[in-house]
Amino acid sequence: MESHDYEVIVVGAGHAGCEAALAAARMGCKTLLITLSLDGIALMPCNPSIGGPAKAQLVREIDALGGEMGINIDKARIQIRMLNTGRGPAVQAMRAQADKEVYQKEMTRTLLAQENLELLEAEVERIEADSGQVEAVVTDSGDRYRTKALVLTTGTYLKGRIIIGDISYEGGPHPLPAATKLSENLRELGFAMGRHKTGTPPRVARESIDFTRTEEQPGDDRILNFSYMSPKKKKPQVSCWLTHSTPRTHEIVMQNIHRSPLYTGVIKGTGTRYCPSFEDKVVQFADKDSHQIFIEPEGLHTDEMYIQGMNTSLPEDVQLAVLHSIPGLENARVLKRGYAIEYDYVVPSQLRLTLETREIHGLFTAGQVNGTSGYEEAAAQGLIAGINAARQVKGQEPFILKRSEAFTGVMIDDLTTKGINEPYRLLTSRAEYRLLLRQDNADLRLTRMGYQLGLVKEDRFRRLQQKVEKMAEVRQEMEEYRIKPGHPEVEALLAERDQGRLRDAVTIWELLRRPEIGMDDLVQAGLVSEEVEEEIRSQLEIECKYEGYIKKQVEQVERFERMEAKRIPEGIDYDEVPGLSNESRVKLKEVRPESIGQASRTPGVSVADVNVLLIYLEKKRRSSEHERGFAEVQGTAAGRE
Amino acid sequence: MEDTIAAIATPSGEGGIAIVRVSGENAIELVDKIFLPVAGGRSLQERAGYSMGLGWVLDREGQKVDEVLVSVMRGPRSYTTEDVVEINCHGGLLPARRCLEEVLHRGVRLAEPGEFTRRAFINGRLDLSQAEAVIDVIRSRTDKGMRIALRQLEGGPGRKLREIEERLIGINARIEASIDFPEEVGDVDEEAAARELLEVGRELEQILDVSRRGRIYRQGIKVVIAGKPNVGKSSLLNALLQENKAIVTDIPGTTRDVVEDYLNIRGIPVRVMDTAGWRETKDVVEKIGVERTREVIAEADVVIVVLDVGAGISQEDLDIRDLLAGKKTIVLVNKEDLPEKRITTQELEEMFGDWPVIRGSVKEDMGLEELEQAIEKLVLRGEVQADDMEMMVNLRHEEALHQAKVHMEAAKMALEADLSLDCLAVDVWGALEALGEATGRNLREDVIDRIFEEFCIGK
Repeated sequence: MESHDYEVIVVGAGHAGCEAALAAARMGCKTLLITLSLDGIALMPCNPSIGGPAKAQLVREIDALGGEMGINIDKARIQIRMLNTGRGPAVQAMRAQADKEVYQKEMTRTLLAQENLELLEAEVERIEADSGQVEAVVTDSGDRYRTKALVLTTGTYLKGRIIIGDISYEGGPHPLPAATKLSENLRELGFAMGRHKTGTPPRVARESIDFTRTEEQPGDDRILNFSYMSPKKKKPQVSCWLTHSTPRTHEIVMQNIHRSPLYTGVIKGTGTRYCPSFEDKVVQFADKDSHQIFIEPEGLHTDEMYIQGMNTSLPEDVQLAVLHSIPGLENARVLKRGYAIEYDYVVPSQLRLTLETREIHGLFTAGQVNGTSGYEEAAAQGLIAGINAARQVKGQEPFILKRSEAFTGVMIDDLTTKGINEPYRLLTSRAEYRLLLRQDNADLRLTRMGYQLGLVKEDRFRRLQQKVEKMAEVRQEMEEYRIKPGHPEVEALLAERDQGRLRDAVTIWELLRRPEIGMDDLVQAGLVSEEVEEEIRSQLEIECKYEGYIKKQVEQVERFERMEAKRIPEGIDYDEVPGLSNESRVKLKEVRPESIGQASRTPGVSVADVNVLLIYLEKKRRSSEHERGFAEVQGTAAGRE
Repeated sequence: MEDTIAAIATPSGEGGIAIVRVSGENAIELVDKIFLPVAGGRSLQERAGYSMGLGWVLDREGQKVDEVLVSVMRGPRSYTTEDVVEINCHGGLLPARRCLEEVLHRGVRLAEPGEFTRRAFINGRLDLSQAEAVIDVIRSRTDKGMRIALRQLEGGPGRKLREIEERLIGINARIEASIDFPEEVGDVDEEAAARELLEVGRELEQILDVSRRGRIYRQGIKVVIAGKPNVGKSSLLNALLQENKAIVTDIPGTTRDVVEDYLNIRGIPVRVMDTAGWRETKDVVEKIGVERTREVIAEADVVIVVLDVGAGISQEDLDIRDLLAGKKTIVLVNKEDLPEKRITTQELEEMFGDWPVIRGSVKEDMGLEELEQAIEKLVLRGEVQADDMEMMVNLRHEEALHQAKVHMEAAKMALEADLSLDCLAVDVWGALEALGEATGRNLREDVIDRIFEEFCIGK
């Protein structure tokens, strides 16, 4: 039995694990990343895409903080689009199709090149802790690895069970095995565990699809990047394809529904409502006789096509019949069948906002093991857990993003405060201050923090500073320069847009506020220099056009942050707080909120209870002040003697 | 300093004055917006701490709501140690409520139960031994408030509120589904959304209108005392006033013919219209004109017809009766203390049908208690209420509805200005969250649930 010493160990090399390990290593910790398979690093076992509403914001946040996902998808993408362009700047979101193989390869390369980071292929079976402090992990070979902090990012592998029709077997996402012992170990350590279910659709051979019967969905013909650091150039893009299920498809499903494990009761885990299996859609939305089916390439050098919208655990013969009833897929050849997977997760109300477990100091969990779904959700948690593990090792303050600062903050606060009853997916609707948490301003929100954390390098930070300065400078000019009536370019522009002539002088900023005038018009009219970067232009345009709404949200945030600033001490004994209702007491003990704001968001805690809590805290504060004062007096008296 | 809050600080109902207390960082500035000092008086911002100014509270149309004395206390020398303004209004529920409403409409938040005391304690104004007492105050006020709120939510207004809530959740879900699942859900039908927002806005307005006109606990009811000369109408008014220790106010804008007084009967603010102008005339109907009489009576929730038992029922009494068709009316047979009795029960039944009859004597304080009971009974159980909505006495609900309406108006403007969906969403969320505050529910989760119920999501 060997023994090794590390500062941070990360278990699992999926999207969460990669971010956690890179962050810890980049912050200077001696880090070990243990994975079941070195060939399975940054695996995308389900859909071959990254981004979309809320998820794109997460990726941009990861990138702005110095994480890897944005850079990696920019390297691996084979198509990129901007969604929601007609729905306003706050909700615009990029989505990229990834070449899965390239994605894995690039991430593996980055990990291997990272200073302070070692990789190891093994199965962790046991966590060792001594009086509530994490000490070491023990692998299947009996090796023991000592560590100061441990980040568990085990995804859907804990007691994973694959289900297809009436077949079911132990296993992780294809083609990897499940991790069974660790789940038992977590239970023994006192953690409450839950069970979730998710699924994936069949993969079909490209040459067996008749694309003439589908609708092509090409990428956007403009330069788009997830990372602020990626080179700004176009890359060749491939298309996705859209088709629809038919009444015949639904008939087949209904005829075979008795063979679906969801309906026979074989599957017990809670599934997702936003990613239901195809059979669920047919049953629950019986009035719809057609559902969208997207056909997406899994990479440039593979024949596998992902059948988005068809995730299913129906028996193989039914899967095939279903596919064959869909236009374009009449002769589809299945390369991989769809399956459902059930797995254990750690109930996330046991976590602090740093993603450290309250039970064991130094033990962090991140990603799907916390009951979330999605690569992006996992990666963002991984980054936060990695950062906090490293900071703890170095004796630094925790790093917590607030709901008002980042989607990442919204997600972690939701997980730890509200509890979950299905795999958690981030939605933009979950964010109260969506207008401020845009994907375009992630760098302005977070890159300074990333720099202070030691994750963002000097040159990038300087670039941010230059951008901030330039924005301020251009904005000042726009707010000060007055356009007088009769200005030829402006009057011409107004006439062209069916607007009346200027009656009084207006500033450029005021002109831009008009709905019919855009930033590009100002550049064309020579009012804004062509040299101002596109990125800055569009951000200023948003700041101007949405000024009123942004101001509203800023005011809301001020109110919100006042409550967040009121901290609740760690060791508070809720049984000692007089006047709390019983329901609140139970909930507060379970969630153990870190601030009054978090307490007020905890389901079941009323306004009166929050007030009662505030008074109790003040009382405590005053009595401890009094005691301290008393101790000081005594100390002085003792000194005199 | 914390955000600015307001509430009525004096117990409801009784008392010569009522105080609306405002505390927080913008207290002085915000109250100044509704305060018109008497000629030559200073604005509150110009006033020294611990001074009082006389003037009026104005509503949004610039109409005078009440004549008030306003005191300014600058933090930390105040109850909460924040800037505090206290508006001393005329007694009874109505003037204080209206002043409070005006303050709230300027962006001040309605205080939580016990919040002033909580702030006073947290800011070091109260000592440790008082902490438990503060908690008791919060708990008891909250529990009481909750009981009242729950009771209300079981009735008509709760149903209406939930209906509006449901519709707003639906609109929200449609917008949010389209934002979060653009490929599966597609675009929002903006025209339909606009239509629905308009409808919901109207419904909100209706409730607010009705409750604004609402006569029971909130704004009280109107009672008209009718009767031919010398039957004891003014004595009745005086007796009621004396008993109920109300303040007599001249409300500008009413006619010379009718003087109004406020009094408080069993917690209900009552506006009695003393038909003073009718007193000296021989023929009431002719003198004032049928039309004007009808007008006054039309506004009344309850009419008290006073008869003189010694004078018997005359044609004049019957003329008055005929004007009251369809009204909730109480017949008070006065002067029962005198020996002369010329009105029989049979006559009353024949001529006044099933109107409640009280026999008594104003002078001897006979039957007044019964009269008040009868008024209360008519108001609370009778058809005086246009419908149940008028029972919406909880200011918190009203404030929530008002806030919701403000957001709905903003949403309407956003739609008209063709602003993008994410801005529209800010306003629609705002409206929904305002409603959620009334019911204490986090409606954000409801919206997310609704998205999954209504839309087949799952790319």
